[in-house]
Amino acid sequence: MSDEILDEVTASEYKYGFVTDIESDTVAPGLNEDVIRMISAKKNEPAWMLEWRLDAFKIWLDMKEPEWSNVTYKKPDFQAISYYSAPKQKKTLDSLDDVDPELLKTFEKLGISLNEQKRLSGVAMDIVVDSVSVATTFKKTLGEKGIIFCSMSEAIAEHPELVKKHIGTVVPKRDNFYAALNSAVFTDGSFCYIPKGVRCPMELSTYFRINESGTGQFERTLLVADEGSFVSYLEGCTAPSRDENQLHAAVVELVAMDGAEIKYSTVQNWYPGDAQGKGGVFNFVTKRGICERNAKISWTQVETGSAVTWKYPSCILKGDNSVGEFYSVAVTNNYQQADTGTKMIHLGKNTKSTIISKGISAGHSHNSYRGLVRIGARAENARNFSQCDSLLMGDQCGAHTFPYIEAQNPTAQIEHEATTSKIGEDQLFYCNQRGIQTEQAIALIVNGYCKDVLNQLPMEFAVEAQKLLEISLEGSVG
Amino acid sequence: MIKIKNLHARVEEKEILKGINLEIKPGEVHAIMGPNGSGKSTLSNVIAGREDYKVTGGSIDFEGADLLDLDPEERAHKGIFLSFQYPIEIPGVTVSNFIKTAINETRKGRGEEPMDAREMLSKMREKSALLEMDKSYLSRSLNEGFSGGEKKRNEIFQMAMLEPKLAILDETDSGLDIDALRIVANGVNKLRNANNAVLVITHYQRLLDHIEPDFVHVLYNGKIVKSGDKNLAIELEAKGYDWIKEENV
Ligand SMILES: Nc1ncnc2c1ncn2[C@@H]1O[C@H](COP(=O)(O)OP(=O)(O)OP(=O)(O)O)[C@@H](O)[C@H]1O
Ligand SMILES: [Mg+2]
Repeated sequence: MSDEILDEVTASEYKYGFVTDIESDTVAPGLNEDVIRMISAKKNEPAWMLEWRLDAFKIWLDMKEPEWSNVTYKKPDFQAISYYSAPKQKKTLDSLDDVDPELLKTFEKLGISLNEQKRLSGVAMDIVVDSVSVATTFKKTLGEKGIIFCSMSEAIAEHPELVKKHIGTVVPKRDNFYAALNSAVFTDGSFCYIPKGVRCPMELSTYFRINESGTGQFERTLLVADEGSFVSYLEGCTAPSRDENQLHAAVVELVAMDGAEIKYSTVQNWYPGDAQGKGGVFNFVTKRGICERNAKISWTQVETGSAVTWKYPSCILKGDNSVGEFYSVAVTNNYQQADTGTKMIHLGKNTKSTIISKGISAGHSHNSYRGLVRIGARAENARNFSQCDSLLMGDQCGAHTFPYIEAQNPTAQIEHEATTSKIGEDQLFYCNQRGIQTEQAIALIVNGYCKDVLNQLPMEFAVEAQKLLEISLEGSVG
Repeated sequence: MIKIKNLHARVEEKEILKGINLEIKPGEVHAIMGPNGSGKSTLSNVIAGREDYKVTGGSIDFEGADLLDLDPEERAHKGIFLSFQYPIEIPGVTVSNFIKTAINETRKGRGEEPMDAREMLSKMREKSALLEMDKSYLSRSLNEGFSGGEKKRNEIFQMAMLEPKLAILDETDSGLDIDALRIVANGVNKLRNANNAVLVITHYQRLLDHIEPDFVHVLYNGKIVKSGDKNLAIELEAKGYDWIKEENV
């Protein structure tokens, strides 16, 4: 394939690059105890929450930034980041009419019309702009079932016992450098509680958006599914085009109690930097779920954005017969770097995990899969199946696979399959011969390649994800 | 319909086609036979526009257009179809999705509207019935795990859907069992009319029993060294290629 086509196809600019003009209330850059006290005070938090944050901050000060991942980047200057930014409007909103029209316009541009979403798909959304939730919908319907779906700040104020009981139980403060930092300075995020035996009647959805120049975003999400309940949660995001690196270090904790099931789907499309690799979001996320007896957690993610991604949605299969699943598509183009994967920690008997990872690399990008399957000594009859495929476009990109297996129980059954392929000239010519242009042919082949993962996403989300894949690979043939 | 004049082509540094002359008129069926490696697939790939085959001389005229100027997909839009000797697999892409994309992209290339979904569906039903294909084929991944014969039948299914002007069948018979050969040949015959043409590449007479050629050509060492009517194929079946090779040393 000629180089022109390669360049042409890889050269799709970040289509969602625009900045919304909303007045923000931003704290001066820097990080110390006073800043943490101020964040806590601005949010009217109870004393225990402040103590928790300060403790995390102390832990963080003693930690070092991790170096083991297969990515290189300029380390963020943590004193140059502003740790709090809230849109000026302060009161809680009951309806869309109360939302800043500028904000609504932004969502329009993204093709995410709240009204449409509400009407057509029955999705309740908790929108996070920068760090504070400004709109929450469908609260009433959910309320009738006893479901709590609100911002983290609200949860701390109104359901302190639930937050206190679960926060930090899945991702402890000292888990890793970025988790500790997040614990100290998280500004907002989503909280969700599904009561015993309740099936959440709609997909819960959060659209994240980083919107304030130079503001690091530290989301904290906590999702608790009580015994025998079910919830499907969607997380998606886009960000404005920017010239400097933006740090994002979120923590997501999932608790699936006995017999509960959580489906957590992510479509991630943060600004990846320009074609030369300048700018772009740094995405260092800690996502983990814990499964009690007979519980199940599925992570599905489609990752197309960010300059540097470092992300391992994981499952601790603590209870007997619990199930963990990880379905992932990670696309890297230009100079993007991604190091993603999962950890499946089997502790209970008859626990089962499935890992399907599809990496796609184009341009000069690097895409690594890093996975750990650990079978504990007491995990009789644990089973894992892993399939890690890499698809390369062009010969200047890289795909790397780092599967780690630690089995301490002889009854474990672990299967690992890995393939690396290139979109072949043969496939492209075959498509061309049938009248399909190279660009469409790539979209077709890539969608086929990712099908097992895309099939896991809820319908509307799958369509969006497919579009996103096409956009991010426009022009990348090799 | 198509006029090939003194066509020369090479792969990497090796010259494979060494002056091909061939004219096919609407309504005709031509067969090309010839020993392994003589350049039959190369010729079909060059007509279809595969990039790694470099044309070093000669011309191909297709209905008044210079074919060599066009990209493979543009040639397809003009009505050239190649049934591949070795059809490739596209994992995760269903036969129905693939053919739908092919038809609509072809229509787009011709400045036409996409095909109505209902029309598409009924056409798929009709053509898969013509080729006696099980409905489940349509929802399987393209060629993935297909048997050799299934792949070939699937090629002809696509041909039936796309209704090309010139269909090149590169050893479509190889891999087909006796019944499948009859079904596929029958399918091809049903698609024939006064405005389209077929170029059949084969090693065996048995396909030509079903799809009766107007002309038979022998390709040897990059050249058409002998042409005749259907009796030439019968003669080749009986005598092999040695006598032709001897004539051309
Ligand atoms: N991509 C390629 N690279 C190198 N040599 C090639 C390539 N494609 C074809 N050839 C060579 O060109 C010659 C003609 O090949 P071609 O496939 O056209 O033969 P054929 O007549 O179709 O044979 P068969 O009857 O076995 O299908 C062969 O010697 C083959 O090895
Ligand atoms: Mg051949």
